[in-house]
Parts: sequence; structure tokens; C-alpha cells
Amino acid sequence: MSDSQTTTLQAAHQHHDPSLLVQFDTAFQQKDASQFGMWVFLITEIMFFGGLFGAYLIYRNLYNPAWVAASSSIDISLGAINTAVLICSSLTMAMGVHSAALGARKLLVFWLVATLALGSVFLGIKAVEYHQKYVEHHIPGANFDFNYDRVEKGEKPIPADVATQTSIFFALYFAMTGMHALHMIIGVGILIFLIYRAYNGAYPPHHYTMVENFGLYWHFVDIIWIFLFPLLYLVSRSPVH
Amino acid sequence: MSTATQNSLALEMPSDTYLNSSYGVKSWFLTGDHKRIAMMYVVSISLMFLLGGVFATLVRLELLTPAGDLFQSDTYNKLFTMHGVVMIFGFLVPSIPVTLGNFLIPIMVGARDLAFPKINLASWYIYIIGMAFMLAAIISGGVDTGWTFYTPLSTQYLTTHVMFTAIGILIAGFSSIFTGLNFIVTVHRMRAPGMTWFRLPLFVWSNYAASIIMVLGTPVLAITLILVALERGLHIGIFNPALGGDPVLFQHMFWFYSHPAVYIMILPGFGVISEIIPCFARKRIFGYSAIAFSSIAIAVFGFLVWAHHMFIAGISTYSALIFSFVTFLVAIPSAIKVFNWTATLYKGSIHFDTPMLYALAFIGLFTIGGLTGLFLGAIGVDMHVTATYFVVAHFHYVMVGGMLVAYLAGMHFWWPKMTGKMYPEAPAKLSALIVFIGFNLTFFPQFILGYMGMPRRYHSYPPEWQVLNVLSSAGASVLAVGLLMPMFYMLWSLKYGAVAGNNPYRATGLEWQTTSPPPTHNFHEIPIVTQEAYDYESQTEEVEVVG
Repeated sequence: MSDSQTTTLQAAHQHHDPSLLVQFDTAFQQKDASQFGMWVFLITEIMFFGGLFGAYLIYRNLYNPAWVAASSSIDISLGAINTAVLICSSLTMAMGVHSAALGARKLLVFWLVATLALGSVFLGIKAVEYHQKYVEHHIPGANFDFNYDRVEKGEKPIPADVATQTSIFFALYFAMTGMHALHMIIGVGILIFLIYRAYNGAYPPHHYTMVENFGLYWHFVDIIWIFLFPLLYLVSRSPVH
Repeated sequence: MSTATQNSLALEMPSDTYLNSSYGVKSWFLTGDHKRIAMMYVVSISLMFLLGGVFATLVRLELLTPAGDLFQSDTYNKLFTMHGVVMIFGFLVPSIPVTLGNFLIPIMVGARDLAFPKINLASWYIYIIGMAFMLAAIISGGVDTGWTFYTPLSTQYLTTHVMFTAIGILIAGFSSIFTGLNFIVTVHRMRAPGMTWFRLPLFVWSNYAASIIMVLGTPVLAITLILVALERGLHIGIFNPALGGDPVLFQHMFWFYSHPAVYIMILPGFGVISEIIPCFARKRIFGYSAIAFSSIAIAVFGFLVWAHHMFIAGISTYSALIFSFVTFLVAIPSAIKVFNWTATLYKGSIHFDTPMLYALAFIGLFTIGGLTGLFLGAIGVDMHVTATYFVVAHFHYVMVGGMLVAYLAGMHFWWPKMTGKMYPEAPAKLSALIVFIGFNLTFFPQFILGYMGMPRRYHSYPPEWQVLNVLSSAGASVLAVGLLMPMFYMLWSLKYGAVAGNNPYRATGLEWQTTSPPPTHNFHEIPIVTQEAYDYESQTEEVEVVG
């Protein structure tokens, strides 16, 4: 790089839009660095959930009958509805990022509010599911009893040792969906902040990295669910042969 | 170097540095400057090191006599646990990356700061919060699980403050993740014009490799500790055999992080040594790209060896064989480094300044630590010495003889850059000598004790082992003197030390081209890099002018 180029870079640095932070030379470098940082962060998230997925796979092989019984007791329709809700929220989020790129402030706010609404619906349905599990005494701990209301419901009680093992399934079910829900709650919090800022015009077309990065986060949380739903609700309903 | 001292009489401190750009408590606690954050980390991890040292002193004091006469066995359990927890999570894991790495990486790549200064500051606060939880656990009575938190001991049986400690470590882990993330993005996206990957100093390469482990490994520790906390708090049963849970799964998940964590601790040390050896041998480093790639290789292989901590935990013979084999593979990149450093010394013009003394000590001690690691990676020997003092001696040779010595080497080497003042050479050389002697006296007898079968984690032992234990405890007090000395003369040098000048060692590297201490944004003009990292041979010997 020649001297004149360096001078230009530094000159550009001294008088420019205030959104360019001092450690960066160009707006492109700044955007590029924060997006790259977001991807690295998402990799840490994959490892975080990876530990749970690993534990899930091991116990699924060890205790398959318990897995079948426990998985069959979860409400598949609520899970399916939630999957649809979440996929739609990813669409609205993508539309939001697109509107930000176009500089359409009102549209951006609209899509973010739509994402917020769908995210809240997901959490609401999740709360209903958790409540069901609470009523059925399926939450691991002192009150756990897998056979608690099976007779009333006209189902055969399962053997005691398998019933004990179902608590491992539910421990993982709550750890995995709970960690996912925690990520959703954090996401909803950030969304409210983004909506407020977007309404005030904080994300012009040359400076909306924050929206884009949040979009990456939201899609990531969505994809985690895309793995959780089949693992917890679908594939374990029938025994492994 | 004597020339440095002579010339320093004429040198003056630069007028505009990161230390005098602004004053007041707020200018430090709300700073985004990576150099100030590094200094805040230096103070915090030094305090944690002193605390861990107090516990170590008490442990060695108890082991002076065969009878368990100073502490009850329960108290002793707490002492070695808190020594391990404080040293590993409070000092060793953050050590070089958060201090020297934080200070130097942006300068070495030619940037004004790390990519995310606010996240960098946040990482310090998160570390402090994590340490506060740990200290709360210690003050309210401590924890006695051993630093490994094995289940179901930690989740079912103990009534000490496991929860607080685990939460503290979990929080501190996020600090580590943020640091690693910041380094990775900075190295990828913030390099100065002309700073290609193969012109990067090896210190940057090794911290980059350590960052990869921080980013990939720490989240697994986080989820493991969350499961332990849930298990302990809500009795969910994932690791509880009574409910069908598998305690060995905990060990797998724990060591998946904690073995690579060993490389988080040692890799940045490798980086320090790779900077110091060529500087004081006045020679281009031998095998630059081999050293660079061996760091990455260690980071990758490091993730595939965790079960060698579990040979006696009931894992299958076949998996034990494979883990043993991969453990031997990790020795290759480590040996590549040692051979390349030694080859750099060959026909070099070697100067025995303090950083070099520490660096040479590192090579010897790390080699012993690494080779005894191979003994432990061999399944048969491992069965014999598992959970004995042989293991204790092995990892102290790597962690203290390796990492801590490298940290001291680096702190001496870059002290003039960080503060603008030279440390006093004579006491510094003396401290290096005392550390080396004290260290070997402390830990070499433990190899013998372990081989004879003395188990770790007991407060009493048969009388025939007393001589070796007394030697070890005596060595510990010598080591303590050697480690306390730098704290005093470094602080002394802040006021009375000779002014260092920009480049007291005539070293290469961008950090030596800016002022000592550097200005707030590191360079008055962003440098353009046209040369490789260790171009010592083009410097002629007559050029003794400094600054």
C-alpha cells in the first residue's frame, strides 16, 4: 500500500460519519468484523447445545424403551404448531433485515414487531406445554412420577425401572427446550430494544449491522428448534430396531 | 543488555501514552483501551494467584509431617480443591491471553485496538463477577469436590458450596469465550497493510490457536456445569446412577473442555517463548511455519484426547487404545516446537538476559512435563500411577514449569513496553534462578513419591515418604521467594526503574516500533509491514543504538 493511500485512509478516518468506530479504517471493515464476530459467537452456541445433543444421543441408545414411552407422552400437535410459528418468525425477521437494507424504516419496525409477536406466541405455547407436564408430574425431581395419571387416561403403566429412566428423558427435554426458550427470551428482549431504536431511525441502510446480526442469532435459535422438534417429539416415538 | 542501561540515561518517557492520556477511576473502569484492560487483568489475576498460593502453602505445610496433624481431612480436601479451582480458573486459563495477549495482539497485528473493545471490557467485568462468586464460596466455608467436580460426589453427597463455585466458573468461562472471540476476529480482520498471515509473530499464532479452543471448548464446560447445578438443585438425575444417569458421562463432558483447557493454558506460553528465543539468540526463528502450524495442530488434536483422563473410569479397551494413540500424536507438534527453539539457539549469539533465562528454564521444564505426559498417556503406566503424585508432578511441570515460567518470561520481556521502565536486571536474574531451583526441588520429589505409590489428595502418608515430602515443602518455600521477588521489584521499577526506550532489546515486531508505553491508539501512524517477523539477521551487530 502506498503512502498516499495510507494518508487517504487516515484522512477518511478523521472526518466521517460518527458510526465508524476508532479501531476500524472503513465502514466495510467494521461491518465485516462484527458479522464475523457474530458467526464465531454462533459457533460457541453450537458447542453449547452440542453437549446436550451428545447426552441425548447416548441416553437414547441406552434407554430406548423409556425414550419411546416418554416421547409419546409429549403433545405432538403443540410442538408442530410451534415449529410453524418459529419458521414464520424467521421469515418475518428476514423481511426485517431486507427492509433495513432498503432503508424502509416503517417496514422494518413492522417486521420486527411481527417477529416479536410470533416469538411471544412460541413462548406462550411452550409455557402451556410445560404446564401440561407439571400437571402430569413429568417434571424431574421429587414429584416425578411417570405413571401418575396413566391409568386414568386409560394407558398401561410402564414398568418401574423404565419409568425411572424416563426422568432422564424429561431432564434432557427440559434442559434442551429450557435453554432454547432462554435464548428466545433473550432474543425477545433484544427485539424490543431493536424496535425502539429502529422506530427512532437508528438503522439507516449504511449502518444496520445490528439488525443483521440479530437476524443471524434469531435464525440460529430457530435452527436449534428445527433439530429439537424431531429429536424430542418425532423420531423417538417408535422403538429402534 | 548493558547498552540499554547506558543509553537509557539519555532516554525520556514519551509525552503521550495510554497511561497519561486521561486520569481518574472512570477513565480506567470504563475504558475501551485494550492496554488498560490488560493492566487491570494483570492486577486481578495476580491477586488470584496470591490467593491460590496461600492454599498451596497450607497444603505443603500439612504434608511436612506424615501424620494429618495440622488440618482435618475435610479441611485438607477444601484446601487442595480451592488451590486447584483458584489457580486454574482464576489464574492459568486467563493468564497470558488476557494480560500479554490483550496488550500485545492489537499492536502486533498493527491495529488501533481489538475489534470489540466494549466486549473486551465486559470480559473483565464478567471475570470479576465470576471470581466474586468463587470468593463468596471460599469465604462462606469453601468447597471440597476437587477441581474436577466429579459426579455423583459433587451432586449428591457433599454439602459444601459446590453451587456457588460452579456458577463462578461458569461466569468466568464467558469471559474466556469473549476474549477468544475478540482475538479471532482481530487477527482475521484487523491486520495492518502488508501484515500477511505468515508475517504474524508466533505469539499471535499461538494465542489464535488458544482462542479456537476457548471458543469451542468453554461452551461445553458451561453446559456441563449447568447440568451439574440442575442436578444438585433439582435432582434431575442426568449424572445420578440411582436414577439411571451415568456419572462417566459427566467425566466425558468435563474433560472434553478441561483437557483442551490445558492447551489454552500452555499455547500462549509457547508464543512467548517463540518471541524471546530469537530475540536473545539474535537469530531468525528456525522453522517459522512449522511452529505456527504446530500450534493449530495442538488445538485440533487437543480435542481428541480427553478420555486419557478416564482410563480407570471404566471406558472400553478399544476407546482407551485410540485415546492413548492420539495422546501420543499430540507429542509431535509439541516436540516440533521444542526442537525448533533449540535449533534457533544453534550458532546464535545468545544473551542471558532475564527473559531468556526464564525461556531456557521453560524449554527444560516443559520437556520434562511433556514427556511424563506420555508416560501417563500409555495405558499400562497410567493404571499404575493414576491419582498419585506422579500425576501431580507431571501437570505442575507443565502448568508451573511451563505456563507460569512463560508468563514470567513474557512479563519481564514486555514490561518495558507496558510501563516504559526497565525491571532491575540483577534481582530479576536472581529470581529466575531461585524459581528454577525452587520449582525443581518442589516437584521432582513428587515424581518419585508418585512412582512409589503415594496417592494425591490425602493429608497423611506413611512415615517412609517423609524425606521426599520435606524436600518438596522446602522447595515450595524457595519457589515462593522466587515468585514474590518479581512482585516487589516490578512495582519498585515503576517509580525508580531506568527509562526503557522504545526498543531496549533491539527486537523485531511492530510492538517495538511504537513508543514505550504506546500511545492510546498504539501507533501515531498505522505501520505498513514489508518484512517477515523475525528478521534479526539483517540487523548488524554494530548498530547498538537504542530507541
